[in-house]
Amino acid sequence: MNHTTKWLFKMAWRDAKASSVRLLLFMASIILGIAAVVSIQLFSANLKDNIQLQSKALMGADFIIDTKQEPTERAQVIIDSLQPNASEINFVSMIAFPKNGGTKLVKVRGLEGGFPFYGKIDTQPTSASVDYQASGGALVDATLMLQFDVKPGDSIKIGALTLPIAGALKAIPGSTAISTSVAPPIVIPKRFIEQTGLLQFGSRKEYQFFYKTSDTLNLTQFEKAIQPMLEEEKADLDTHTSTSRRLGKRYNNVGKFLNLAAFIALLLGCVGIASSVHIYIKEKLRAIAVLKCMGASRRQSFYIFLIQIAGIGIVGGLIGALIGVGLQTLFPYLLQEFLPFKVEISISVQPLLIGVFLGLFMSVLFALLPLLRTWYVSPLEVLRVDEQASEEPLKVRLMVYAAILIFLLLFSFWLLNDMVYALGFVAATLVTFAVLAGIAILSVKAIRRYFPKRWGFTARQSLLNLFRPNNQTVVLVVAIGLGTFLISTLYFTKDILLAKTEIDKGAESANIIILDVQTEQREALEKSIIARGLPIVDNIPIVTMRMHKMKDRLVNDIRQDSTREIRGWTLNHEFRATYRNALIDSEEIIEGEWVPSIQKGGPIIISLSDNLAEDTKLTVGDEVTFNVKGVLMETTVGSIRQVDWGQLQPNFTVLFPKGVLEQAPQFSVVSTTVKDEASSAALQRHLVAEFPNVSIIDLRQVYTLVEDILDKVSWVINFMAFFSIVTGIIVLIGSVRTSKYQRIKESVLLRTLGAKNTQILKISAFEYLFLGLLGSLVGILLALISSLCLALLVFKEPFVPSLIPFLVFLPGITLLVMGIGLSNIQTVLRSSPLEVLRREG
Amino acid sequence: MPKILKISGLEKTYSSGNKQLTVLQDISFDVEKGQTFSIVGPSGSGKTTLLGLCAGLDEPNSGTVELCGKDLNELNQDQRAQLRNKEVGFIFQNFQLLPTLTALENVSVPLELQGAKNAVATSKALLEKVGLGKRYDHYPSQLSGGEQQRVALARAFANAPSILFADEPTGNLDEETGEKVIQLLFELNKEAGTTLVIITHDLDLANRTQQILRLKGGHILTNERTEVL
Repeated sequence: MNHTTKWLFKMAWRDAKASSVRLLLFMASIILGIAAVVSIQLFSANLKDNIQLQSKALMGADFIIDTKQEPTERAQVIIDSLQPNASEINFVSMIAFPKNGGTKLVKVRGLEGGFPFYGKIDTQPTSASVDYQASGGALVDATLMLQFDVKPGDSIKIGALTLPIAGALKAIPGSTAISTSVAPPIVIPKRFIEQTGLLQFGSRKEYQFFYKTSDTLNLTQFEKAIQPMLEEEKADLDTHTSTSRRLGKRYNNVGKFLNLAAFIALLLGCVGIASSVHIYIKEKLRAIAVLKCMGASRRQSFYIFLIQIAGIGIVGGLIGALIGVGLQTLFPYLLQEFLPFKVEISISVQPLLIGVFLGLFMSVLFALLPLLRTWYVSPLEVLRVDEQASEEPLKVRLMVYAAILIFLLLFSFWLLNDMVYALGFVAATLVTFAVLAGIAILSVKAIRRYFPKRWGFTARQSLLNLFRPNNQTVVLVVAIGLGTFLISTLYFTKDILLAKTEIDKGAESANIIILDVQTEQREALEKSIIARGLPIVDNIPIVTMRMHKMKDRLVNDIRQDSTREIRGWTLNHEFRATYRNALIDSEEIIEGEWVPSIQKGGPIIISLSDNLAEDTKLTVGDEVTFNVKGVLMETTVGSIRQVDWGQLQPNFTVLFPKGVLEQAPQFSVVSTTVKDEASSAALQRHLVAEFPNVSIIDLRQVYTLVEDILDKVSWVINFMAFFSIVTGIIVLIGSVRTSKYQRIKESVLLRTLGAKNTQILKISAFEYLFLGLLGSLVGILLALISSLCLALLVFKEPFVPSLIPFLVFLPGITLLVMGIGLSNIQTVLRSSPLEVLRREG
Repeated sequence: MPKILKISGLEKTYSSGNKQLTVLQDISFDVEKGQTFSIVGPSGSGKTTLLGLCAGLDEPNSGTVELCGKDLNELNQDQRAQLRNKEVGFIFQNFQLLPTLTALENVSVPLELQGAKNAVATSKALLEKVGLGKRYDHYPSQLSGGEQQRVALARAFANAPSILFADEPTGNLDEETGEKVIQLLFELNKEAGTTLVIITHDLDLANRTQQILRLKGGHILTNERTEVL
């Protein structure tokens, strides 16, 4: 280190040492900003991991390999080399209850190994889920047990095998989705499958192999590599990531929301740092002019303060990151009562590094504009104050703005992993900033022009403060406005995401679903339900069919093609399609046009779900021929629908318009709503007795993992919104607090001239009242617009704005700003004017 | 005698909106090496602007300033700063000490900028000389006006300047303190053989210098040796 560099560091240290109080205030903004970014970022990441872990419970494993036949030799090599942790053979079969002679078509699942690795088998009694393997019992679907009035200890006959019932099966990972093809599950130890005698050559069965992997495995890439090999062997790979898609929009949106919260935390940090560094450097300009008089070069004066700011940034960043990490570690203890699930907190060096990096970059970048003043400040300012003389050229200012924007954009991209969103977020911030600054400038101009000359002394002084030299109007309106904008946006967004849950819960939704209702039974079944005083929520016709031809290629030929890109399951699957003339809540057209009904003899235009379109590589305009019970039906894909599989209602991959399938052989899915357990049991018993072939799903009784996860998601959204809002308010307090030194001299001089404490207080109160009111009002109005954009473009949900920001945030933030403004001048009120003037220089 | 400051045809105008305000016009004079020189005139006569131009703190619209043999028009901002650091000392009406530096650190800055190794020792000696030997570690806010101006004096002489510019050095001080500071200024100046350029309203002070330049409305009224006055 040469002499000059040493001197620069020495000067930076000397100045810092003497400005310790102001520096601490400035550093507090950095600490708060970084602590907010780090803790929100960390907690978001932890919650995201946690929810992902929950979503794994849907499948029970990280990935599954399944095949509809005994694995081929090559498939077995792949399966074995990946070392499965558990396996299953399942098939659909009739079972019987010897106790009452009842029979039922069920899905028999023979399990071996420690499945599930995530989530649990929910049974009654609870111990049955663990004991059944050792005791050699069967776990029987709870609804089925209720229907047939059997209890643990009774027997069940599966083919040639009779087993005792170990417990009622309420839920098991991998069978929670509402599907029209559900057959009630029975779980038995795999070792007994052979003894059922049902697994003969030619019978339909499925082999499943369950895997648990390390978190570091990229499942998407893994799927891409393995899937083609398995396809050749007529096997299929499913990963938990694809399963979690079934959780629907709210699940996908929580990730976006957490990213939004982290981005907002970053911006809040920027607001805090930018406003305080701006004021801090402004106070240093005179000293820099003196240094230049004494012969310091532009570079030397610039570096002294750059070193200082960088140092503060690093120290502030480190302290902020430590606080962020500390908060993170405390969360599980502090929130033990409220957390709906156990959060595993992982701490690493990374957040500390990110904190230091952010502290350094954010401080330097936001200090750059005021710091550039040090470059351009004229030594002549020692002799006279000439504001214009020290203005940096427009070109340089634009370059700094560009650097700040690039930093924000890159950071947003890093957070969001989506350039379009990153650009959108940064653009929205920019517009907000510009609108706030513009409104602040215009308001000041308007006050100046229409100045109320007849107002009293204190009110006039307050208004004058808004446009006097050295005023803080634009800086504070932007800081307060941006802060309010960010927290209001979070609040509105939280409402957007959670409103959906309310609608789902509020509406009369079906909780009993009756499957396999034959056409001739439909009327009688409906009458029977209505007779019990229950509503018919839905009555959906189902027509089963298989694909016969896709884009002029026979499905049989495609099956033989080893180079095909079409997923194997679609070639063998028995699709359960429906027909109607309208879309339902869980559907949204993303491509093409939905055709509600067909004229007789006209082309049949159908709609496919997006996942089926992807797996079959079909798109709008492609022709598909279905085999509907032996009749070939030529259709054209007219639209692709995005289906929210998370909504608890029957959803369909293939949807026909009205006017085509009405005469085809079909059965129905009927749904109704029951109030409580007793009426559910009574209805089930009654229906099973009257219509023995139907299957009933009681959504009230079935442990719905999906709902559980979505409840947790709602909690996370609520929590993160409020945590970020509280953080935002603290950062806001810091920003307004940094304006402390702006008005001290004026207040002291007024006091010296004989102003009373109440007069000084009133002057400050009115000034901050105006700043708080203007900033927060504009901030909330801008948040309304941004939230509407977020609702329409990002979350794709309806937006009904809440009144809370107007009723709580607006007066709350205004009063808060006023309170801080008043506390800022407490030094003046408590000490003698001379003491303050000397201390403040 | 060799000239340390040569001013020729100096003009300075400021623009305010569409209006042009000429503060100095057709100013030419020389200052000899080692001379004590004062610039006097009423408020608004252009004294401070002239000082700023002479010391290279500002640039003229036309005319030249030659300081210590260097034409300031040919130097950029940093070169002018370097020249000031080597050859120029300043004393200001409102002291202009760096508020965040102690008395000793304030005096050391010009020496440290030069990379001088004995900065602290020299600064201490200078502070002793101005009677502040026990106030090294005091910040400006802990010193009285007279003490602050004495620190400024010590700082002005720290880099052993060839020329020292003093802008109303007693303007912010009472008569008694002002007199003490002026005495000290002349003593130090004599000892160091520095050229002294003082800007003042105070004719008594001006009369103690060897030459007086009188300004009015941006023009030179007279430029005479004090013996003549």
